[in-house]
Amino acid sequence: MIYLQLFLSFFQIGLFSFGGGMAAMPLIQNQVVDIHGWLTLTEFTDLITISEMTPGPIAINSATFVGTHIAGLPGALISTVGCVLPSTVFVSMLAWLYRKYRELAVIQGALAGLRPTIVALILSAGLSILVLTIWGPDGFSWGIQSVDPVAVLLFVTGLFVLRKFKPNPILVMVGSGVIGGACYLLLP
Amino acid sequence: MKKSPGNYLQLFKSTFLLSAFTFGGGYVIIPLMKKTFVDELGWLEEEEMLNIAAMAQSSPGAMAVNAAVLVGWRLLGLSGALISILGTVLPPLIILTVISLFYDAFRTNVVVSAVLKGMMAGVSAVIFDVVITMAGGVIERKKLLPLLMLAGAFVAHYVLHVNVVFIILFCGTLGALITLHDRKTGQEHI
Repeated sequence: MIYLQLFLSFFQIGLFSFGGGMAAMPLIQNQVVDIHGWLTLTEFTDLITISEMTPGPIAINSATFVGTHIAGLPGALISTVGCVLPSTVFVSMLAWLYRKYRELAVIQGALAGLRPTIVALILSAGLSILVLTIWGPDGFSWGIQSVDPVAVLLFVTGLFVLRKFKPNPILVMVGSGVIGGACYLLLP
Repeated sequence: MKKSPGNYLQLFKSTFLLSAFTFGGGYVIIPLMKKTFVDELGWLEEEEMLNIAAMAQSSPGAMAVNAAVLVGWRLLGLSGALISILGTVLPPLIILTVISLFYDAFRTNVVVSAVLKGMMAGVSAVIFDVVITMAGGVIERKKLLPLLMLAGAFVAHYVLHVNVVFIILFCGTLGALITLHDRKTGQEHI
């Protein structure tokens, strides 16, 4: 039953993504690409690109995108509900506890332990996207001819610009889309 | 606050607009929420907003949704929380539904797929920029344990393909236990 699977997958994504922003990315990749194969890694990367360029949290954007892709509008709605439900319950409980205890050492400790973990998981997910970008769907190999030089150049330039000038990330993505797109279309 | 239709409408309108114009998600939403609910509407005290931000951050899931739940709950109870969730979730739901329809139709177009291929390099750069900034924060604190957890979690996920959920549960539990132990003994490992 596809609706139940979508609901359970996004429920897990909503339940285990701590740390905001990109923290949900490795979990979404795990459920959507690795476990269920609902999206290819390329489609998933497109989804991250789209999410970064549109308003709204990555998890909600993904729920809608994947849900629509797999089971139309009902799929999108069910995935979104699944994604929102766990944090709604959790945050309400926390608000109630917070009034009673004010300071919750256990939660603070868990979060402190998760911070380096989240970095590692985003790095890991980012690395699989980078390998796809530079080497293509067949994955990493040693031969220099399997490297996409345009992608390498765009990645290095993009990262340099982001570190040095701290522009809006949307500009970097649009820039690399326009320049890269022109290169792929015009170069032999 | 009075449970009048006008207040519900205002709450819905505010959360909808906040969600529709918050690019980049996460922490960006908190200052914008403060501007709306504290400065403009005067519905919350500044300190309440700070507490809400801290709790939204400490909970799983999207921070924008968590903060909306808390604001709605605080102002108009359960029905307020539901209205806030609806207002927050609708903009991305609508936008992404439209994009998904276009995506399926246009992905095979030569120009679109070339541009998206170029964008992959850009989004890789954005992800690594985030990773460098976050890892910098962990390294700066000069504590051995967090660095070991970073390296261990990376190897577990990237090399050994351990399920993400297990890694998160394990490291979260470890962090909580060590913090509790540290509080008793007056040490600081994390």
